Order: sequence, then structure tokens, then C-alpha cells
Amino acid sequence: MTELLHSPDGNILGVERPENYGTSANVSSSAQMSSPNEELDENNSNVRRHRRQDQQQNRTDNDDEEIFKYGASHVVKLFVPVSLCMFIVIVTIKTTTSYTPGGAQWAYTPFTEDKQTNTQRILFSLANAMIFMAFVIAATFILILLYKFRCYKIIHGWLILTTLMLLFFFLYSYFSSISASLNRPIDMITICFLTWNIGVMGMYSIHWKGPLRIQQAYLILMSALLALVFYKFLPEWTGWLILGVISVWDLLAVLCPKGPLRILVETAQERGEPIFPALIYSSTMVYMVTAVDPPREEFATINTNSIANTSNSNADETNENGGFVNAAIRQQQPRRQLIPRADVPQEDVRREEPRYIVEPAATPHIEDDDDEEKGVKLGLGDFIFYSILLAKASALGDWTVTMACYVSLLIGLCLTLLLLAIFRKALPALPISITFGLIFYFSTVYIIGPFCAQLSLVQVFI
Amino acid sequence: MTVMECVGCTMIAFGIPFSMFIFTIARHPFRIIILMTSAFFWLLSLLVSSLLWYAVVPLRSELAFAVPFSVIFQEAFRYLFYLVIKRAETALQSVRLQELAAKGMIFDRLAVAYASGYGYGLISGAFAIVNVLSDMAGPGTIGISGHSQGFFTATAFLTLAIILLHTFWGVVMFTSLDKHGYQRIVGPIVVVIAHMLFSCLTLINRTKTPVYAISLVTGYLLLLATIFYTIVLNGVTLNSFRRSFINVRETTTPLT
Repeated sequence: MTELLHSPDGNILGVERPENYGTSANVSSSAQMSSPNEELDENNSNVRRHRRQDQQQNRTDNDDEEIFKYGASHVVKLFVPVSLCMFIVIVTIKTTTSYTPGGAQWAYTPFTEDKQTNTQRILFSLANAMIFMAFVIAATFILILLYKFRCYKIIHGWLILTTLMLLFFFLYSYFSSISASLNRPIDMITICFLTWNIGVMGMYSIHWKGPLRIQQAYLILMSALLALVFYKFLPEWTGWLILGVISVWDLLAVLCPKGPLRILVETAQERGEPIFPALIYSSTMVYMVTAVDPPREEFATINTNSIANTSNSNADETNENGGFVNAAIRQQQPRRQLIPRADVPQEDVRREEPRYIVEPAATPHIEDDDDEEKGVKLGLGDFIFYSILLAKASALGDWTVTMACYVSLLIGLCLTLLLLAIFRKALPALPISITFGLIFYFSTVYIIGPFCAQLSLVQVFI
Repeated sequence: MTVMECVGCTMIAFGIPFSMFIFTIARHPFRIIILMTSAFFWLLSLLVSSLLWYAVVPLRSELAFAVPFSVIFQEAFRYLFYLVIKRAETALQSVRLQELAAKGMIFDRLAVAYASGYGYGLISGAFAIVNVLSDMAGPGTIGISGHSQGFFTATAFLTLAIILLHTFWGVVMFTSLDKHGYQRIVGPIVVVIAHMLFSCLTLINRTKTPVYAISLVTGYLLLLATIFYTIVLNGVTLNSFRRSFINVRETTTPLT
């Protein structure tokens, strides 16, 4: 789970994020709206080269400013969906009993935890967690391989199938279990009608096109449903272990030089395609960009001539070391993605006046789009695991635990975004948040909670 | 009935803070982040104080021991938070602070102070009342076996007081730390004393049928005094206040 920011007019803070934890469990959803490969034509590449030079000059000036200017609103734009997702999960858990854990267990976690001794319990839940992680890792690698060899059709098919299953099946079971546990009978026809309509609209907006809000709403809804399912079917200690292990995995997968998610991100950047927009919650209209203008030009530019060009044309940044080159490319990338949008209307404009990209803030074009173009992406997996943690916290019945976990998760997210602004590359969003969340979960349950209970019992305010 | 009581007490405790949030914070992402961060700092201070409470086993039931320490920890973490903000600010100074400030998105000192105080208050109020609220929703009710029936209402009002108090304490602390001279020292001391006073006043609620009038009245008097002190500290005089009525544009409440 990585995340990146595009910044507004193209100064970028990072940008993409693949996510596929969910996939492993048939859960993730995603779609790729981006389009296929196209070769770039010579004209464009020239234009682009100019543009790049200009951009680089301005970039240094603007970057820092952009970080702080838009950083705050990016963070809040992620707070809202994450909170919404958690809210859905908490309300569901608080109002119904149908999502309490226990009973059925998944094939993914074959061992039960009702053992005699703690040692046995730990061993069994460890085994469960390992099996689960094996699925996750296997799914990730399959995805990477498919992507590497450009089997887009298969990936699409896979993602569409999982989304389909997730939306229809889980939505159906959500409705029926809610109605059952609230003791409010709903007839089959209504449930099917609702599921069908909601599901079809979801498929449309996620995999094809639809208003950004609706797409975002569906992604949030799916994450919430998935988190509920995970919460219900994972045995308690297995759940904790998985939370821990998956954040370590996230860290490795995104940051290791050969980490799968990193490879995914980098490949996508090379090809100039956004990564499966439906695996990612994005506060921007990514698919619009990609649908309209083939970003793969970037790919060509960057790979073929870019490195050479850049280092020639721009002494400051690229000369010395490859690291800088990479960084430069990375930064340009998102900007390029943004460019197309602005000139969606007429292709020609772009060729004639490439400069307007250079001074984005000054051009009316871009200002119009401001809100939509800057953005941060957060993997749905992050939503899911945050929500699982919060679900576990809220199930205790002690609201202080819920609040402590909520605050610490969001602070973790804040810190991650801060690091993102500094390092400007895809970062794992789970480790910091989950670490904080776990620390505060357990310390609140065992230490803070009793203290607060005693305080509020005798009405002493600290 | 129980649900109505729950809703009512929620309104009492969070009605004013909620509207403060809507009007002064919600539309400023930067303040939201400050709010969350200061809430996190409060959480850390709570963690430290409950660790102390937990560690000193013999005094665990004697809150008169834990509460003063908790107050000290909270104010220490508030100061720590101030240092963090200060640090961030210096880091930003290299980054064309003036331009940023001109665009209105950067450290407006008063706004930072306000948001951080509000964050402190919000989370501490929430921690104080949230479980009471969830018990309040039913099915049982309080007061049947001789306990005071005003428990819920008093808790709600005290929560409101602590939220507002924290907000103003935040402003006092931050603005006086920004100043030079004696105010730099007086401000934090006033905050610590006021906080200690309020917390220790609530210690008298520990009886079975407490007289809430004492803690409520003194609490709200303390709140008034703090508000007054905050206003004076920020250089609002009667004249400037009057002027703000005459000329609406010349606002005396820079928070908005």
C-alpha cells in the first residue's frame, strides 16, 4: 500500500498506489481505467522535452511551497473517507450482532483458537496468519507477473470478477444479515432489487466511468464490507497477528528495492499508467486523465530519451547521480498525468503553448481544475486494515479504546503523508498507523481504560 | 427517556464545541491537522499519567494522588507540543514563509494556539464523558439506590467546562510563550494553576451525593476568568472591542 500525491498543478508529491491485499482474498477490487499502450509520436515528444526543461526550472522553486500549500488539504481529504469507512464498520458492529466473530471460519485460517494453553493458541494463530499471508503474497506476485508481462486483459478480468463478487455477494449478505439481526424482515425481491441496482451502478462507476464522488463512495463501501467480513471471520489472535505481519509485509513490499509493490509502482510509472485505479482510493479524477489522454507517452519519453535528455538539459538536478534522475522522473510523472486533462478539449493547444503547464497557477485552465487534480491515493487495503483494527476496538464496548485507536491511526496516516511529502515516493501506509493503533489499543484496554473508568465514575476531570 | 437524556447530555457537552468546530476549524485543513496532533499529544500525556496510576499500586484507588500528576503531565505535553510546532515553524521558515503566510495557509499563531487547545479539550472531554454517555442510553438509569440524580447532567456541564477551558488554556499557553518578558513565564504558570484548581475542585465530587454546585459554579467562574485573561492577553481592549462593533470589517476575533 503505497500512496502518492499528485500535487496540484503538477508538482508532485508522489503518486500511486497499488494495493492488492484484498485481492488475495478475492476481495480487492479494482479496475483499471487506464488505457492501453500507445506509441508516442514525434511531435509530442519534442513538445514534451521543452516542457520538461521549463518545468524543472520552476520545480525547485515551487515544490516546497506546494507541499505545504496542499499538504494539509490532502491529508484532510484522506481523513474524511477513512473516517467514513470506519464509521460504517463501527455502526454496523454496534447495531447488529451478525458481524460478531465466531462460528464459521475461513479456509484461509483453518486452525481454531480454542485451545487449552496459550502456547498452543499462539502457535495455531501464528500458523493461521502465515497461511493468510502466503495467500496475500502469492496473489501479489501473480498480479505483478501479469502486469509485468502486460496481461492487462487477465488482470482486468480478475479485478472485475472480484469486484463483482464483493459487491453483489457481500452486499446481499450484508442486507440480509442486517435485516435479520435488527428483526426487520425484508422480502427477497426487495433485497435482490437493491443489491442488483447498487451493484450494477458500482461496477459501472468503478470499472468504467462515473462521477468521482460515486466512485469514491463505492470504494469506501467495499472496503467497509470487506473489513466487516475480515473482522467476522478472522479468529481473534490471528487477526492481531495478521495486522502486525501485514504491516511488516507492506513495509517490505513497498520499500525494498525488489519489493513487489515497488516494482508495480515503478513499472506503472515507467509505462505512465496509473495503477489500477479501483484498487486505490484517490481524491482525484484519475481515470478521467487516463481515459482521455494516453499517459504512456511519458513512458516513452522517460525511458527512451528522458534520462539522457534530462541530464543534458538540466544541470542542477540530474547531473550527478542516478537517484536524482529517478526523482526527477518521478516528479514529472504525475505532472504529466495532469497535463492531458487540461487540454482535453483540443489537442492542438498543447502543442502550441506547452508553457502553460509551466506556470500552472497562473493559467485559468488549471486553476479550474485545481481541486480535482491534486490528490493523494490510498490503497483500499489500508482502509480495510484500519477499519479492522477499529472494529476490534469498538467491539469491546469501551468507547475510549475506539477513540484512542482512531486518533492514533489518523496520526499515523498524517505522519505517513508527511514522510510522503518529504521523500516523494510511494510509501506504505500501514506500518506507522498500525503500530500506533496497536500500542494504543492494548495500553487503553489495560491501563488507560481502567483509569478513565475510575475518573468518570467519580466525576473527576483531569 | 434514557435515550432522550443521552441526546440531551451530548448536546450540552458537545453542542458549543461542535459549532466552534464547524465555524472556525472545519474549513481549514491545517487547523484540523493541528487539532488531531494535539489530541494525540493529550493521549500520550494520558498514557503517561495512567502508567503512573497503574504503577503505584497502593494509591490506585486514591485519585487525589494521580490527578495532580496527570495535570502536570498534560501541561508538560502541551509545552512539548508547543516546541514541536515551533520546530516545524522554523523548518518552514526556509520555505518562503512569507509567501505562504500571505496565502493564509500557514502558521497563524492564534489559530494554531486555538486549534491545539481545542484538540486538547475535545479529546479530554470525550474521554471523560463518552462511556458515561453510552451507559446513559439505557437500559438502566441512575439515582435509584440513593445516588445523586444530577450525575449525568453535572458530568455533561463539567465536560463542556473542561473542553472550553482547555481551548483557552491552549491559547493562553501558546500566546504567552510567544511573548517576551515576564508574560512568558506568567502565562504557563497561570495555566497550570488554573488546571490544577479545576481538577482538584472536581475531586470533591467523589462522595455518594456530591454537591455539584461547588464544582460547577467555581468551574464556570474559572472559565470566565480564563476567558477574560485570554482576551486581555491577546490585546483586546474595550475600545477595540467597541470599534469592532462599529466597523465590522475590523474584526477583533482573528480566529474566524
